[in-house]
Amino acid sequence: MKKFTYEIKDQLGIHARPAGMLVKEAKKFESSIVIRKEEKESGATKLMALMGLGVKCGDKIEVEISGPDEEQAFEEMQSFFSENL
Amino acid sequence: MQKLQGKAVCRGIVMGPVSVLRKEEQQVKRRRITDADAEILRFTESVEQSKLQLVELYDKAVMQAGESGAAIFEVHRMMLEDEDYLDAIHSMIRTEMVNAEYAAAVTGDNFSEMFAGMDDAYMKARAADVKDISERLVRNLKGEIETGLLYREPSVIVADDLSPSETIQMEKENILGFVTVHGSTNSHTAILARMMNIPALIGVQVDLEQLHTGMTALVDAFSEEVIFEPSEEMRKKAEEKIRGEQEKLLMLQSLKGQQNITSDGHKIDIYANIGSVSDVGYVLENDAGGIGLFRSEFLYLGRNDFPTEEEQFLAYRQVLQTMAGKKVVIRTLDIGADKKVDYFGLENEANPAMGYRAIRICLKRPDIFKTQLRALWRAAVYGNLSVMYPMITSVEEVENIRAVTEEIKGDLDREGIPYQVPEQGIMIETPAAVMVSDELAELVDFFSIGTNDLTQYTLAIDRQNEQIEEFYNPHHKGILRMIRMVVDNAHKAGKWVGICGELGADTELTETFIRMGVDELSVAPAMVLKVRKKVRPCKALD
Repeated sequence: MKKFTYEIKDQLGIHARPAGMLVKEAKKFESSIVIRKEEKESGATKLMALMGLGVKCGDKIEVEISGPDEEQAFEEMQSFFSENL
Repeated sequence: MQKLQGKAVCRGIVMGPVSVLRKEEQQVKRRRITDADAEILRFTESVEQSKLQLVELYDKAVMQAGESGAAIFEVHRMMLEDEDYLDAIHSMIRTEMVNAEYAAAVTGDNFSEMFAGMDDAYMKARAADVKDISERLVRNLKGEIETGLLYREPSVIVADDLSPSETIQMEKENILGFVTVHGSTNSHTAILARMMNIPALIGVQVDLEQLHTGMTALVDAFSEEVIFEPSEEMRKKAEEKIRGEQEKLLMLQSLKGQQNITSDGHKIDIYANIGSVSDVGYVLENDAGGIGLFRSEFLYLGRNDFPTEEEQFLAYRQVLQTMAGKKVVIRTLDIGADKKVDYFGLENEANPAMGYRAIRICLKRPDIFKTQLRALWRAAVYGNLSVMYPMITSVEEVENIRAVTEEIKGDLDREGIPYQVPEQGIMIETPAAVMVSDELAELVDFFSIGTNDLTQYTLAIDRQNEQIEEFYNPHHKGILRMIRMVVDNAHKAGKWVGICGELGADTELTETFIRMGVDELSVAPAMVLKVRKKVRPCKALD
């Protein structure tokens, strides 16, 4: 299992469009990817639950990845967040 | 006759038959089923059908409203692929042995309530999207086609609210205008209306039951009112106004896409002056090359406290993104004792035009100034921003401004917030600034000549005072010589210079300005094509 934390820089937070992109990205991997904000969490492949986390600009989220391709997923999710959110 | 006020999200004036859009609350009956697998299969087919429809809607929206207006339909399609949403419907069908219509409707309501309960305005508005997709599913399950949206004649659509799919599916040629009871300026409908340039009023307290299709509505989104069954006299007046608008349009349409180039090949930029985010539509509609003066006062007026950095940032960013790389010159706060805002706590002054206003407030109250500058610096990342400071009289003021901008730059660096330093210029609107324009030109990136104040200060004439009207001559040689001096000094320092006052749109002077070498004229959006028309036959050189 691998983890990283990320502070959201996009002014709108995880709004509809980037949430959609995140879902697409997360579906590329076999590993399960969980996004956690404080006590709430959502699978990264679940669009509405992800939006439902209400992640805003400046929020710190934790991304937890576990599965056979977690190394690669870890790398790519990190660059996805820094490029898009 | 019934006259009602609303809020214009897209301006214009239209008159025509009313078409009332009553959403039949989809009657979804709960039915017991016996074969859950068959029901789930039926549901899956309706999901696939819905997705195909959304792809079509997306393509249609791209054509009518552009990529960004269409994005919502891509989000809708992805919502239809949402695991939780689909799982909830599947499991309801299986465990309760109910029909797919019912399961989809109930699940849609649950998810939409989740969004409605969120504390963020943006997320709250997504409740309507979830409703929209659930209704689509139910409609497809029932084998209904989307009806009631096709109008045989151009009509004014009156509804409680409109979903994005409803808005985009209407044939644009047959929509004269929109009038809705609900909706926000943030809603997709408002955005789409603006992008399609259809006059629209929201927040109109009309009782839909009292209206019927075929009544006449006059939508005047300039004065923000709608009149149902207007009197003969009102109709006549409106028809005249509408004809006037149309004639103007037709005459100028042919100039769209043309260059602002004189007959001897000299080019000049024609930009637009605007005062609110919603005016951006007019800028694009009138084919302006950019925004030459965006008055930022709208952010401060009509409220009880200062706008936050975040609010300002979002407004600036929206404009920059909509203008997609075209130049946007935003003027910093120009409020003073004549444009009063209570929370600034300004005192009454005997001579407000020469009083505590604009940059003078900003330099004495750096807290207000810094908030605006930070928002601007942050927004600059998203487009082609220039910032312009009003009411400059001296080199010292520009140096003081620079000290503040250096300070916020350092702060943003420390906080790790992304920003970009925009191009910065000043308004030349005081005779003092004209006289030291050679020195000022070394310190800034551009000049924009504000002829309204410059004329008032130079001729010592208050334009509001009717008694001295005969002495007011905007073409006074003194003014024109000043403009020439400013242009020459800017060019000597290699800087560009524009005119953003009323004189910029004075077509009697267009040729004069071109010959002086003015690089840009910024005029009201409706004047852009008129000035272009004037430019084309001009000669820059004898």
